[in-house]
Amino acid sequence: MMRKRNPGEQIIEALLLLAALSSVGITLGIVGVLLYESAVFFREVSVIEFLTDTQWTPLFADPHYGILPLLSGTMTTTGVALALALPLGTIMALYLSEYASAGVRETVKPFLELLTSVPTVIFGYFALLVVTPCLQLLWPALPGFNMLSAGLVIGVMIIPYISSVSEDALHAVPAHLREGSLAMGATRMQTAFRVVVPSAVSGIAAAYVLGISRAIGETMVVAIAAGMQPTLTWNPLEPAATVTAFIVQVSLGDLPHGSIGYQTIFVAGLTLFVVTFLFNVAGYMLRTRYHRKY
Amino acid sequence: MTQDMHRLIAGNKRRDRFFGWAGLAAMVFAVTILLLLLVTLGLEGGRRLSWEFLTSYPSRVPERAGILPACVGTVLVMLVTAVTSVPLGVAAAVYLEEYAPKSRVTAVIEINIANLAGVPSIVYGLMALGLFVYPLHLGHSILTAGLTLTLLCLPVVIIVAREAIRTVPSGIREAAYALGATKWQTIRDHVLPYSTGGILTGVIIALSRAVGETAPLITIGALSFIAFLPSPPVTATPPFLSVRWLFDPFAVLPMQMFNWISRPQEAFHLNAAGAGLVLMLVTLAMNGLAYYIRYRSRRRIRW
Repeated sequence: MMRKRNPGEQIIEALLLLAALSSVGITLGIVGVLLYESAVFFREVSVIEFLTDTQWTPLFADPHYGILPLLSGTMTTTGVALALALPLGTIMALYLSEYASAGVRETVKPFLELLTSVPTVIFGYFALLVVTPCLQLLWPALPGFNMLSAGLVIGVMIIPYISSVSEDALHAVPAHLREGSLAMGATRMQTAFRVVVPSAVSGIAAAYVLGISRAIGETMVVAIAAGMQPTLTWNPLEPAATVTAFIVQVSLGDLPHGSIGYQTIFVAGLTLFVVTFLFNVAGYMLRTRYHRKY
Repeated sequence: MTQDMHRLIAGNKRRDRFFGWAGLAAMVFAVTILLLLLVTLGLEGGRRLSWEFLTSYPSRVPERAGILPACVGTVLVMLVTAVTSVPLGVAAAVYLEEYAPKSRVTAVIEINIANLAGVPSIVYGLMALGLFVYPLHLGHSILTAGLTLTLLCLPVVIIVAREAIRTVPSGIREAAYALGATKWQTIRDHVLPYSTGGILTGVIIALSRAVGETAPLITIGALSFIAFLPSPPVTATPPFLSVRWLFDPFAVLPMQMFNWISRPQEAFHLNAAGAGLVLMLVTLAMNGLAYYIRYRSRRRIRW
C-alpha cells in the first residue's frame, strides 16, 4: 500500500503542536521569571531568615524579610472565607442536586456561573464600602480596614465556584445508586449523605481545593479592604496585609527595577505560586479520579 | 414495635424536610446577598452615570472626573488580547483534540493547562513584569497589558474550544475522510465551522473575565491617572494605519475604579461606583451575548 503524506499537512500539524506547547511555555516563563528574581533575592537574604523572621519590613531602613506575617494574613482571610463558603456552598450543591426541581437547577446554575465573572475589584468595593460599615454597626470598634470583611466577601465570591463544581460531581453519581437507596426506604437526606456524597467525595474535595486556591490567590478584595500593614496576627478583626496585597502595594509605588524591594514581590509571588500549585495539582488528581470511576 | 418504627420514620421524614428547607434557605441567602451587593452598586453608580461621566477625562475635582481614557484603554487592550489569544488557543485546542497521540507529551500539556487555569492572576502579572516590561523592553504599554491578559485567557480559551470541538460527532469527520479529504481539510471545512458557536461563546466568556482583571495590570505598572488618549490607529498620511498606540501608556476601567476606591474622599467613591457599574454592565453584556450565541448555534445545528 502506498502512503503519501502531504508536506502541507505536516507543516500544519507542526504549527498546531507549537500552539499547544505555548501553554507549557507560559508555565516555564512563570517559573523561570520567579526563580530568577528570587535567586537574586536569596543571595542577600538567607532562606532561614525568610521562613522564620516574624517581621516583613523590606522597605524600612532596618529591613526584615520574614514571610510569616504575609502568610498569616493570607491564611486568616482564607480561613474566614472558607468558614463561610464551604458549608454554604456544600449545602447549596446538595439542595440543587438532590432536592431542587430541574427548573430551579437550570435557572440557578447559569446565574451562579454568571456571578463568577463579576470583576473582583467590584467585590473589593463592596468589602470596603458596604460590608465593613455594616459590620461596624454590630461592632463599633472594628477598624475601617480589617480581614473579617475581606474574608467574608471572598467567601461570598467563591460560593458559586464551590457549589457549581460540587453540584457537577453530585450530578455525575448514577441515578440507579440513588434509586436503590430510595427503594430501600431511605429519605432523600439519608440518600444524599450515605450514598451520593460518599460516591462524589473526590469531586467535592476537588471543588473545595479549587475554592481554597481561589481564596489564597485573591488580590483585589484584600488589597482594598484588609489593609496594607504586614502584621503577624491571626485575629480577623485586625487589619493585615496578605501576600497578594503586598505585591499590589509595592507595584503601586515607584521601586527601581533591580533593587531588592523590586525582587521581594517575586519572592512573594513564588511563595504564592508554590502554595496554589500544590492545591491545583491535588484538585486535578481528585477530579480525574472521579471522572474515571463511572 | 410498630410505634417505634412509626416514630423513626416520622423523625427521618422531619429531618429530611428540615434539610430541604435549610438548603433552600442557604441558596436564597447566598443569592440574595450577591443580588443586594449588585443592586447597591447599581443605585450608587446610577447616581453618577451620565454622558459627561463617560466622555470626560479623570480630574482632581471628583464631580468633573470621567472615564473616557479608561474606556478607550479597555477596548484597545481587549483588542490585543483577542487578536493574540484566539488563534493561539483554538490552534492548541485543535491539536489536542484532533492530532494529539496518547503520549506523555500530551499528558504534560493537559495537566499544564489545568494547572494554568488555577494560577492566581497576579502571578501572571509578575511574569509579564519580569519578561515583557524589562527584558523585552515593551514598557508599561497597551501591548504589554494585552499580552499579559492573553496569558490569562489562553488556558480558558483552550479548555472551552476543546469542549466545542469534542461535541462535533465523529460521523462528520468520517464522511469527509470517505470523500478523500485530508485531515486538515476536514478540520478546516467541517469541524471548525460546526464548533464556531461553542468556541465563540467560550472566547467571549474568557474575554469578559479579562475585562475586569486588575491585579496583573497593577503589577505591570498600569497608570490610573491618564489625561490623554492613545495615538489614533488611523492617520491622514500614508500608510494610513499606525501601530503607535500599541506602545502608549494607558488606563483601564478596573484600574480607574481601584484608584478612586483608594482615595479617602466620599465623592470619589461615588465615581468608583459609577466606573464599577459601567464595568459590570460590560461584563453582563458580554456574557449575555455569549449565551445568545450558544443558544442560536444549538438551535441551528441538529445532529
